[in-house]
Amino acid sequence: MEATASEPVTKRIWGRVGYGGTLLIIAIIAILVFYFIDSLQTEAVLASAIRQSTPLILGALCGLLGERTGVINIGIEGQMLSGAFVGFLVSVYTGNLVLAIFAGVLTGMLLGTFLALMSVTLKMDQIIGGTVINILAIGLTGFFYVGGLSTEGKLRAIPIPFLSDLPIVGKTFFNWPPLTYLAIILVFVMHYVLFYTRWGLRTRSVGEHPRAADTVGINVFAMRYINVTLAGGFAGLAGAFLTLEAVGSFERGMTNGRGFVALAVMIFGRWTPLGAWGAALLFGLALALTTQFQFMGINIPHQFTGMFPYVLTIVVVALTGLFGHFRPPAAVGQPYETEG
Amino acid sequence: MVQSNGKIVLEARGITKRFPGVLACGDIDLVLYEGEILALLGENGAGKSTLMNILYGLYRPDEGEIWIKGEKVQLQSPRDAIDRGVGMVHQHFQLVEVMTVAENVVLGSEIVRAVDRLDLRAANKIVRDLSQQYGLQVDPESVIEDLPVGTRQRVEIIKALYRNAEILILDEPTAVLTPQEANELFQIMRELTERGVSIIFITHKLKEVLDVADRVGVLRRCQMVGIALPAEATEQSLAEMMVGREVVLQVEKSEAQPGKPVLKINDIRVCDVREHEAVQGLSLEIREGEILGVAGVQGNGQREFVEALTGLRPVESGSIQLDGQDITNFTARQVIEMGVAHIPEDREKHGLVMAYTIANNMVLNSYYEQPFSRHGVLNQEAIRENGKKLVKEYDVRTHSIDARAGSLSGGNKQKVIVAREFSRPIKLLVANQPTRGLDVGSIEFIHKQIIRQRDSGIAVLLVSAELDEILSLSDRVAVIFNGRIASTMPIAEASREKLGLLMAGAEA
Repeated sequence: MEATASEPVTKRIWGRVGYGGTLLIIAIIAILVFYFIDSLQTEAVLASAIRQSTPLILGALCGLLGERTGVINIGIEGQMLSGAFVGFLVSVYTGNLVLAIFAGVLTGMLLGTFLALMSVTLKMDQIIGGTVINILAIGLTGFFYVGGLSTEGKLRAIPIPFLSDLPIVGKTFFNWPPLTYLAIILVFVMHYVLFYTRWGLRTRSVGEHPRAADTVGINVFAMRYINVTLAGGFAGLAGAFLTLEAVGSFERGMTNGRGFVALAVMIFGRWTPLGAWGAALLFGLALALTTQFQFMGINIPHQFTGMFPYVLTIVVVALTGLFGHFRPPAAVGQPYETEG
Repeated sequence: MVQSNGKIVLEARGITKRFPGVLACGDIDLVLYEGEILALLGENGAGKSTLMNILYGLYRPDEGEIWIKGEKVQLQSPRDAIDRGVGMVHQHFQLVEVMTVAENVVLGSEIVRAVDRLDLRAANKIVRDLSQQYGLQVDPESVIEDLPVGTRQRVEIIKALYRNAEILILDEPTAVLTPQEANELFQIMRELTERGVSIIFITHKLKEVLDVADRVGVLRRCQMVGIALPAEATEQSLAEMMVGREVVLQVEKSEAQPGKPVLKINDIRVCDVREHEAVQGLSLEIREGEILGVAGVQGNGQREFVEALTGLRPVESGSIQLDGQDITNFTARQVIEMGVAHIPEDREKHGLVMAYTIANNMVLNSYYEQPFSRHGVLNQEAIRENGKKLVKEYDVRTHSIDARAGSLSGGNKQKVIVAREFSRPIKLLVANQPTRGLDVGSIEFIHKQIIRQRDSGIAVLLVSAELDEILSLSDRVAVIFNGRIASTMPIAEASREKLGLLMAGAEA
């Protein structure tokens, strides 16, 4: 409360920096150490970590915006996959990458509205609603998939002058195609929106105590519809990232569980955008390291390396459950009923 | 003491509201004058809360008109009510627990700067100003979940004032408060009326009404049965208006005829959920045919004590003897089979399975025995027969024994529990807060049942935070403080003041 002055200095610093800050400091020190040992490989791993983390953080933003407003979204995977597919098709048939990105985002938003319809208006079980989206996405994209389509190209890196020449951070943060930049910017935008704006305050109140929000004149249904729809856009963007920026083509089931890993990232990040970004980077780093080990000739059977992100997901979620005092938003998963 | 200038600020005419299958408000008229405190008195289910939710725009009436400050209004949502100066403090607080006081106060009517940015500094200042202006002490930056109920209520009042409420509806505001906190609230209410706020105060506590109200409206069975002036009314007359018949406020009971000791508790220690020792060496004895009242401020180990006694919580050390047999750390079922009946503190959480039917709830303590089950298969016919019999015997008001327990009113829920617990032969009754939140009629009924058990030779342990209840029912009184019995005395020696001091930790 107010009497911080009497607290010991160490405790005060801990209170400021917190556990996220501590992890960050440890990470920076470790990176510097490795950089001096082998600068090329370190830069490669870091860059790969960012690339791997991009769809995860976008997926996590989708999940947390939904949950903060009281709706569980387990259909991120499906939204991502559909966004990837539609984005790719638009790119194939129009050759316009910007249009393709918008198409991917819109697809995600459309499925978001569908989820809101099921969980807010029809008051369906939200887990089932999300599963419907996943099954729908796998079925439709699989059915309409045509092999051998190719695009004009994919999004190209835009190095940022001067900054991209810096050691370590240059390759890691300032030499990316546009969607990676956008994902990083969105993390900060979402942080600001959720915690510093009127919209964010109302969103959180709807996720915590919808009736309290209703009694002060906030339209719970509208808040949920809008947020879940916007959130779907993030997942769609993650899908567009996969086909238009990372790979350049579409394959069946190419999201490969990223939508679910994104949920773990959201939980590990305590339902905050910055926390989720940290968690996404950690996952990205883990993935990058496993790839790097193979390049370095350390021979781990690929079944194990392929398993790694999922095992990490389970461990992380279990650990957060064991040690975390973090709570999900109180009203998450509950349809809101007006009584009048 | 009507300070009103006779100006009407709110008027409701012929308000009627039906919910599927039930009438909640039937043709109710109500007038509120500027600067007065109008108390609305009524039993649970009399329609008080429904009427208020209509005035606050949460429900829409099926028939009737609402006039606010001389203007006919259609309230579509709370927003409309707020815009017309109506504020409401709900019985269950409408606060977001993880947010700060200031965030809760401004929610929905926030102060923002450019790009939708919240101005929390301004919000904090406004809360500080309001709290100073009206003497409502609260720190704008503390988080709701850290605050005691009394303070949360102040936050709710500030919330209404921030929205410029000129008409304030308080729904059962004293139900969760200690007597001291309630007095503070009354002070605040008077202060508010002096500043021109008009207050509708909903309650079922008669004493409060006489203390604080300028006029009293009485609701019974969804109808307004009359308006009374406190100066001309007594607790007795109000209770009769409210219940619709003569009511015995004083519990009638004969001298106790205590027999041999039934329950002997010797120096038990029990830990609470957080592994702290909540009961620290408690000893007491109850004889057959007497009621021992345990008085104490909540949180002095009553809950843990009762749970240990009924087999719900392990006893760390010490012993509990029932009829000479050691029952320490028996399971709940063993305790029941030894002849202990338990009316738990929280009837919705521990007394009933809300989603089960009334009939099934009636056999929760005996479903595994003949005739209710045979070879592990339930005999629904016997269970329903039993349910029908008990519903009749204990006057549970329901349209069917197949209705879910959750659909009953508080008083009827408690009747179901009492009926079930008394349906087995018992030696000891453990009643923890048996009448909390109940209406006059139900309280009367429960008290009668408890005394009837005593007269038939049962030993009764009554734990209650209501001193009135302790004083009117007990034959002996024990005061619990810090997990120990501070003092035990016959009822003749117990007075409100003496018990109050002991409850606060004074030496006997």
